[in-house]
Amino acid sequence: MSQNVDKIEPSYPLFRTDEYKENLANKREQYEERHPQDTIDEVFQWTTTKEYQELNFQREAITVNPAKACQPLGAVLCALGFEKTMPYVHGSQGCVAYFRTYFNRHFKEPISCVSDSMTEDAAVFGGQKNMFAGLENAKALYKPTMIAVSTTCMAEVIGDDLNAFINNAKKEGHVDQDYPVPFAHTPSFVGSHTTGWDNMFEGIARYFTLNYMEGKEVGSNGKINLVPGFETYLGNFRVIHRMLNEMGVDHTLLSDPTEVLDTPADGHFNMYAGGTTIDEVKDAPNAITTILLQPWQLEKTKKFVETTWKHDAPKLNIPMGLEWTDQFLMKISELTGKPIPKSLEVERGRYVDMMTDSHAWLHGKKFALYGDADFALGMTKFLLEMGAEVTDVLVNHANKRYKKAVEEVLKASPYGQTATVHIGKDLWHFRSLMFTNKPDFMIGNSYGKFIQRDTFYKGEEFEVPLIRIGFPIFDRHHLHRMTTLGYEGGMYLLTTIVNALLEQLDKETKGMGTTDYNYDLIR
Amino acid sequence: MARLRQCAIYGKGGIGKSTTTQNLVAGLAELGKKVMIVGCDPKADSTRLILHAKAQNSIMQMAADAGSVEDLELEDVLKVGYRDIKCVESGGPEPGVGCAGRGVITAINFLEEEGAYTEDLDFVFYDVLGDVVCGGFAMPIRENKAQEIYIVCSGEMMAMYAANNIAKGIVKYANSGGVRLAGLICNSRQTAREDELIMQLAEKMGTHMIHFVPRDNVVQRAEIRRMTVIEYEPQAKQAQEYRDLANKIINNTNLVIPTPITMDELEDLLMEFGVMEEVDESVVGITAAAEATA
Repeated sequence: MSQNVDKIEPSYPLFRTDEYKENLANKREQYEERHPQDTIDEVFQWTTTKEYQELNFQREAITVNPAKACQPLGAVLCALGFEKTMPYVHGSQGCVAYFRTYFNRHFKEPISCVSDSMTEDAAVFGGQKNMFAGLENAKALYKPTMIAVSTTCMAEVIGDDLNAFINNAKKEGHVDQDYPVPFAHTPSFVGSHTTGWDNMFEGIARYFTLNYMEGKEVGSNGKINLVPGFETYLGNFRVIHRMLNEMGVDHTLLSDPTEVLDTPADGHFNMYAGGTTIDEVKDAPNAITTILLQPWQLEKTKKFVETTWKHDAPKLNIPMGLEWTDQFLMKISELTGKPIPKSLEVERGRYVDMMTDSHAWLHGKKFALYGDADFALGMTKFLLEMGAEVTDVLVNHANKRYKKAVEEVLKASPYGQTATVHIGKDLWHFRSLMFTNKPDFMIGNSYGKFIQRDTFYKGEEFEVPLIRIGFPIFDRHHLHRMTTLGYEGGMYLLTTIVNALLEQLDKETKGMGTTDYNYDLIR
Repeated sequence: MARLRQCAIYGKGGIGKSTTTQNLVAGLAELGKKVMIVGCDPKADSTRLILHAKAQNSIMQMAADAGSVEDLELEDVLKVGYRDIKCVESGGPEPGVGCAGRGVITAINFLEEEGAYTEDLDFVFYDVLGDVVCGGFAMPIRENKAQEIYIVCSGEMMAMYAANNIAKGIVKYANSGGVRLAGLICNSRQTAREDELIMQLAEKMGTHMIHFVPRDNVVQRAEIRRMTVIEYEPQAKQAQEYRDLANKIINNTNLVIPTPITMDELEDLLMEFGVMEEVDESVVGITAAAEATA
């Protein structure tokens, strides 16, 4: 059991030494009141059956591993995408610690975000005093040029009125009258993190443009606005910029946190870096139009840009995979009159070349996937384009209209005929499906690793390996810097998926003299 | 189209807010106005006289049955009653559990998102439970919602006390937004010099008594039939009273930030009118037994 400075072992493999094994076994036996192993196994096996799945899908009262996060988390990400903006959450402190650590673990970056720390007295008397002190302190300490306010459940349940509180704070001089404090009510018991992003964006757009529409003229600045929605692949922001720059299209990415979520280690802590400027937001109504990159999660934003900015937001799907990237670029070309340049044509050609190189491996392989609405739709489209079969698409926060839209995409492809779309379901439902439908792979965020462990426990032949694409990814490094949109994104997805598949094949065929007849050098 | 006017009715519990609101709204409808009533009270009894119903299915009840508010459609919750008056009840939990205020917030957000506030409406009336006890019950007077508040009261001490308290709540919101006190509606309990008393209270609070609604049994007779007086017996004298109130509200321009009075001022006023007797400080805290031996 002894560790010494010269040789320090981490928990694995240390706990596998005989001494620890014995120790842990004793602990289990004496203190854990554990059921006998065969009872545990019996129940475990039962949870892998079709019979259990049916009971599981009748579940009404409880959510297990929900495959979504809460509204203010999205609001904070949205706020981080604006220049020198401090995300401010009106409500309890613990919630904000959660948002910060959650992003921390995904981006491996410090996340700046403040709370006005409502406690019991604020729950009784309302949080106005906290808001007064909070705004004043946040501004004095961290010197942001904008404070974007969202709320936790606590403030929402007692009905705090952000508009009145912020106006009062200004009236009483806690912050200047013209200091930008946009806000959004983000109760977590409604919707998900994507709703929160949408609400916060609408709040910011409303603050800077609603009462300043006079003199604004659609198309007068010649730009295209792009609204990313809840997007955590930093490469996606970069690829959108790159593609539009190559086309020579002047554009504004409304909320762009690439800099602040990817600051260099140069010896300085940068609380703020990059981001969409306030002037760009103010100028946004003058653009030709606004493209919503993830339209299924941006309903409030859509309503706002259509009614206030008078933009006719084009009906596009998330630009994932070949066809929808084509449509995205062609729409931009159509809107701006700028042709799609040679460079993008070549890039497309390379992507198509990669697709043909790999498709023989992906053809007919079965995939199940889960995640946010637009991502899951785009991923479905990508897989079908590769000739991969989709067995299940699971999205917790989505409506029936969405379900129909995904089903239509599936129906249109021979590889989507047997797929099922599950909305309002969680990862415990998904776990059942992994046992009964047994796809070759599942695609989703890090939480899927526990499902992989469970399927492996049933037996090696039942294991469903997880391919990590989505949010959050806590247990692999730097994947958040990758790209899933555009042709470039297609290349990343393809590389990741086909190599995961080949790794798995190597794993299965490395048996000396048994399976190694297919343990090939060339794949 | 004229600008939509949104009005909230507050007042002590049991004072007759719902009855007054529905009769007054019936009066407005009779004058050709398009009106919607939004009941903001877990009891969900703000629309029964318009709909001839026991109690309308409330948004929260239906949301609970359906699983979530997102599963509801506007037509599920919005009913049309007497003279095309639109009726909605927010609803809320049974007494003692949950959070009724949050129910009001959820319901009003739902109505906004589903486009219940249509262009053809002239008036929206929010019939709000008792006092403004929490942020939820203040939802109807937040920015961009009700701008006019009417307080129903009577010449009884607690009703006036509550009216003054509500005015305090209004001041908080009036300072940051456009909400204003539009007047007191005296729903008579036939106390002595009631009209004068309420007029004086109104004056002290910086507002006016917009109408004195006398007591009349026809209101109860109509209510048993789940009707407003205006519908049940249009020629009744009481029906005319509600019509007068409706007309006064149409023409009301007296919108103020109230000046609520102190407890001492209120007590002085009550004593002046004989509603309350002067407190003899020497008897405070003395039990009957102690008095007998003294």
